[in-house]
Amino acid sequence: MSIKTVQNKGLGHWYRQGTPWIWLNAGALAISLMAVLGLLGYIFAKGIVHFWPHDVMQAEYVAEDGSRETVLGEIAADEVVATTRLREAGEWVPNDHIENERQLVKVGNRDVFGRDFRWVISARLENVQFPTDAWLVERREWGNFYGRVVNIKENGNVIAEGEAAWPEFVARVDRANALDAQIVDIQKGAIGRINYGIEQLRLEEKKLALEHAPAPVPADALADIETRRKALQADYEVLTAELGNLYDQMKRDAVTLRTTTGSEHEIPLAKIVFVERPNALSLPEKIGHFGHKLWEFVSADPRESNTEGGIFPAIFGTVMMVFLMTLIVTPFGVIAAIYLREYASQGWMTRTVRIAVNNLAGVPSIVYGVFGLGFFVYFLGGNLDALFYPEAAPAPVFGTPGLMWASLTLALLTVPVVIVATEEGLSRVPKSIREGSLALGATKAETLWRIILPIVSPAIMTGMILAIARAAGEVAPLMLVGVVKLAPTLPLDANAPFLHLDRKFMHLGFHIYDVGFQSPNVEAARPLVYATAFLLVAVVAALNIVAIVIRNRLREKNKQLEN
Amino acid sequence: MSLDAQSPDHTAKTHAMDISALGRTAGQRRLEDEDIAIEVRDLDLFYGQKQALYGVNMQIARKRVTAFIGPSGCGKSTLLRCFNRMNDLVDGCSIKGEIVLDGTNIFERSVDITDLRRRVGMVFQKPNPFPKSIYENVAYGLRLQGVNKKRVLDEVVEKSLRRAALWDEVKDRLHESALGLSGGQQQRLVIARAVAVEPEVLLLDEPASALDPISTLKIEELIYELKDKYTIAIVTHNMQQAARVSDYTAFMFMGELVEFGDTDSIFTNPAKKQTEDYITGRYG
Repeated sequence: MSIKTVQNKGLGHWYRQGTPWIWLNAGALAISLMAVLGLLGYIFAKGIVHFWPHDVMQAEYVAEDGSRETVLGEIAADEVVATTRLREAGEWVPNDHIENERQLVKVGNRDVFGRDFRWVISARLENVQFPTDAWLVERREWGNFYGRVVNIKENGNVIAEGEAAWPEFVARVDRANALDAQIVDIQKGAIGRINYGIEQLRLEEKKLALEHAPAPVPADALADIETRRKALQADYEVLTAELGNLYDQMKRDAVTLRTTTGSEHEIPLAKIVFVERPNALSLPEKIGHFGHKLWEFVSADPRESNTEGGIFPAIFGTVMMVFLMTLIVTPFGVIAAIYLREYASQGWMTRTVRIAVNNLAGVPSIVYGVFGLGFFVYFLGGNLDALFYPEAAPAPVFGTPGLMWASLTLALLTVPVVIVATEEGLSRVPKSIREGSLALGATKAETLWRIILPIVSPAIMTGMILAIARAAGEVAPLMLVGVVKLAPTLPLDANAPFLHLDRKFMHLGFHIYDVGFQSPNVEAARPLVYATAFLLVAVVAALNIVAIVIRNRLREKNKQLEN
Repeated sequence: MSLDAQSPDHTAKTHAMDISALGRTAGQRRLEDEDIAIEVRDLDLFYGQKQALYGVNMQIARKRVTAFIGPSGCGKSTLLRCFNRMNDLVDGCSIKGEIVLDGTNIFERSVDITDLRRRVGMVFQKPNPFPKSIYENVAYGLRLQGVNKKRVLDEVVEKSLRRAALWDEVKDRLHESALGLSGGQQQRLVIARAVAVEPEVLLLDEPASALDPISTLKIEELIYELKDKYTIAIVTHNMQQAARVSDYTAFMFMGELVEFGDTDSIFTNPAKKQTEDYITGRYG
């Protein structure tokens, strides 16, 4: 008897071998991978171009009556639109093509033109050039200024004129920025500390009054507070004098620039952040510019209602909140899981609890936000204030959204994930290991602490990773319990008690929403939305990678148990 | 696991096994002459409604090896796990009768179960080292008792590992993970771990069934040496093993202790038909 050979490798054979399934599975995986990579690539590409210096275009824009207007600015976007649509919008189009290209030009000079972006129809642009003497001046207010230099003044006297002023100008801008850094340092550091101290004294005084009421506060206590306040006031006077001096120094220089329409504008150097001649940049200079802008983005405070500057407070707030959330959720979830799996008798009650926990993970996050606001902020926070901070009334301390409530709310949101992961880990611990420990005379608690928990730690880490991934990307509940558009101070600073759980904070997710949808300057904000979104993904990925590395270290230790 | 292959088949006519190892101990032992370590009296055990042990009565002699044999599910492991009350961990397990260890019924409420388990050590079928270093595995029992002095621990770890015939193989890697050891080494490590707390009784639940023949041999030699110091009760599926290592053998069937006596008599001259059928391989 011979073995049957396959004679006809037909469709049936192909199907029976499972080939279509392999293709189907591989195809599904490929699509998923492409979707993820495409998403990341798109956000990255859209965001990253924002930091690369764009050339500044100068062109004459022809109107229907033949009049010409000079346009100077960066090309921010271009698109092709139907000519009829342009005509319906009242634009003159010189040709009869079905479609025409139009470009979005960032012309800046918002204080002069009223808006800093405008659409131009490419067909109407003539004499397009990229002049190297076009200057870009980034101001602290009113956005960018594009124009040509007229002169530079020191204390009102012209010291350099025309293009020759450039090196002089750069040096003076650097000086102004250095002075500005000093001012910010004093304002945020020393003066911030004094203000905090004075506020603490005010609360202290009020607290004394409350404690001694209805009797008056002893005079010596009041005198003590008064001397401390005087000392702070004196410090403050010194600092304001110093500040005034710095401000005077800042006022020294100014630059006069001419717009394309010919009007001249004098800009004090104190108002300038950054200057550049974009068309004159060499490639290494462009790379330098790119690095500088990128660094500014991740390290600086936001300006101009979040459309300029950096997003450091948002990054800091996100990481801080996730960190606190993890500190709260991990012990809580682990303890709950241990009770549920190890101590509670397994019956309908534990089954119900387990189902409830699983369902808790499916509750929409905004519901947690509402709960957090009602229970944590108003109820818990309100009572905390009444009990421990009566001196602050009517201003709330914890009775208002803040970092602690946000972390707690998100901990509540993610606790099911940790419970489920830990329970799964506990159920995977081989029975023989438990028996081994018990047979040596260990109690159940000793077995748990010394043997089981170390084995389960990778599973706990898995729960933590999932919790972090969920919490870092959550926005909706945070809007109710602590996130704000702009927080003047970070939740962590040099003033005791250093970690201010009652403060409001900024968050990358909310920042995206705010910049994208609440911004007065939509066009300027768009690339920032992408850049911030990419950064949010990067922060979540970084947090996860740290946790995964730790977990893999732990896993290495009891690798052979898992088989 | 066929150790049969190594020896000629001269006993095959009456026994499905090699009983040439019998008589290794000098002279026949008699239970009446022994110092009794554990006495089991009318022991009934139920898992919920299902009865698993029926009126077991027996004695375990001090510093002797008592083997429990019988087909799967006959209750021999269940009985063994009564000696250190491991059955307490099973939901719905209830016990009637007594097991007396040094004059105390271990099922008494006042018995400190932790102390009982320290005095009655147990080694399981599958090696179950903890995911810790070799050193920490052996030191675990002592640390539980609050011993943390390095000098004491070092001493006990070495002594226990020597007693488990493992010291020479692991002395250079005491602080490496115990999970890196071979199955046989792991099982000896587990024995060292049990020995480290100086128990009086060692319960071995099929200690060699997951091991290769060489490792099995080492474990058997170890059992032979350990009986100088400890009372040993061993459950085994392997009748040669029972014959080789034990002084007394209990044959169990369907939750009942069918026959109990010195190993020589059980294997060469069983009193009951059931026992004879089992050891000659007619069932089981």
